[in-house]
Amino acid sequence: MTLISLSYWDIAFAASLLVINAALSIFLQLGVHRQLVISAVRMVVQLTLIGFVLLKLFGLVSPLWTGITAIAMVSFAAYEIMSRQERRFQGVWAFGLGAGPMLFAAGLVTVFSLMTQIGADPWYHPRFSLPLFGMILGNTMTGISLGLNTLIANTLRERNAIEAQIALGHTRVEALGPVIRQAMRTGFIPIINAMAASGIVSLPGMMTGQILAGVEPGEAVKFQILIMFLIGGATGIGVTIAVLAGAYRLTDERHRLRLDRLKQV
Amino acid sequence: MQGGEAVAVTGASGAGKSLVLRGLADLIPNEGEMSLAGVNRSNMSGPEWRRLVTYVAATPGWWAERVKDHFSDLAQAKELAVGFLLPEDIFANPVAQLSTGEQQRLVLIRALVQGPKVLLLDEPTSGLDGKATARVEKRLDKFLQEGGSILFVTHDGAQAKRLAKRCLQIADGHIEERVL
Repeated sequence: MTLISLSYWDIAFAASLLVINAALSIFLQLGVHRQLVISAVRMVVQLTLIGFVLLKLFGLVSPLWTGITAIAMVSFAAYEIMSRQERRFQGVWAFGLGAGPMLFAAGLVTVFSLMTQIGADPWYHPRFSLPLFGMILGNTMTGISLGLNTLIANTLRERNAIEAQIALGHTRVEALGPVIRQAMRTGFIPIINAMAASGIVSLPGMMTGQILAGVEPGEAVKFQILIMFLIGGATGIGVTIAVLAGAYRLTDERHRLRLDRLKQV
Repeated sequence: MQGGEAVAVTGASGAGKSLVLRGLADLIPNEGEMSLAGVNRSNMSGPEWRRLVTYVAATPGWWAERVKDHFSDLAQAKELAVGFLLPEDIFANPVAQLSTGEQQRLVLIRALVQGPKVLLLDEPTSGLDGKATARVEKRLDKFLQEGGSILFVTHDGAQAKRLAKRCLQIADGHIEERVL
């Protein structure tokens, strides 16, 4: 097997597909050409930069710089979760409800995997830790984002029902229970779908990447299965913590519903 | 407030009548000391307080699909429903089929069967006809005779007079007490 190295011309040629898209958008008045171009440019710049960063980090093999990079990734992901919320919490909670559970869940599962299955030396080696952390983080982010969105939206929608229960002396756990469960279920849907569809509907990107790079399909498949389990585990931990913490913040110690803690629209 | 006493709360829409009731039920953060029969509110948990001092909102809230799943004591609820001129089989119905007037009576029943000491009622009969209103008022009278207290918001001056001897008028952030 030979590693296929891409020239810049190869990539530029592929970019012409997006130019066609943009032309279509203008021709059909879809109005997405601006966003399309901006996000394509962002993608190229971000990936190029991370390429350089990874190269540098792989040379350093420093626990400090690897950790700092991981924290930066979590911050970007938490910001992404925050901006995807239709209604968000006031103050630091909007950011913290995403960042805290993500850092804990993705960090825990990544370290678990590095120390057991991957067995990297040293265990924090950025060549293994950062790609692994990135894949787990990205999927955990999607789950938490959906979970929190559902929690807040359904609490607002079911406001009368929840307040009626609280007014009758039900506890906040009783009153918010159905909403909490629905939010958690929603957070799990992407990973369930991804697992159910992989191999039939979709060939996961990491696996195909490994195969394209010359790895035996059998080995790539094993690796992909491992990644799916890691993602599933991290999503479960992250969604559970985030939704419970969100529900905790939506109520107070006297079991009142505190919608005033959401940012006003 | 005395046991057995009803106090009407009146004032223009948006003056803050509901806010006062919600504050008393400890549904919104508020300051001020409150006690019931000598026990301070801060010595009770929120749910404990609300079981004794129960707020019934003007907009009914339902959390289960069927009517019957909302009542802690279904037998007693059925008894009260008959007195409120509601059809007996209403408890088997889905909530979505209830009319405004039916909902209003049912949420009052829901609070009554829990045996509260104080009822905070937000326009309890606004969606009812004269006959049903009379039945509800009669039951509230009984609640008062049994030693309960009622604070109720109403836009109906005649109803305020029928049930209460005192009235709290809310305007421009002030509360003024009047004798009816």
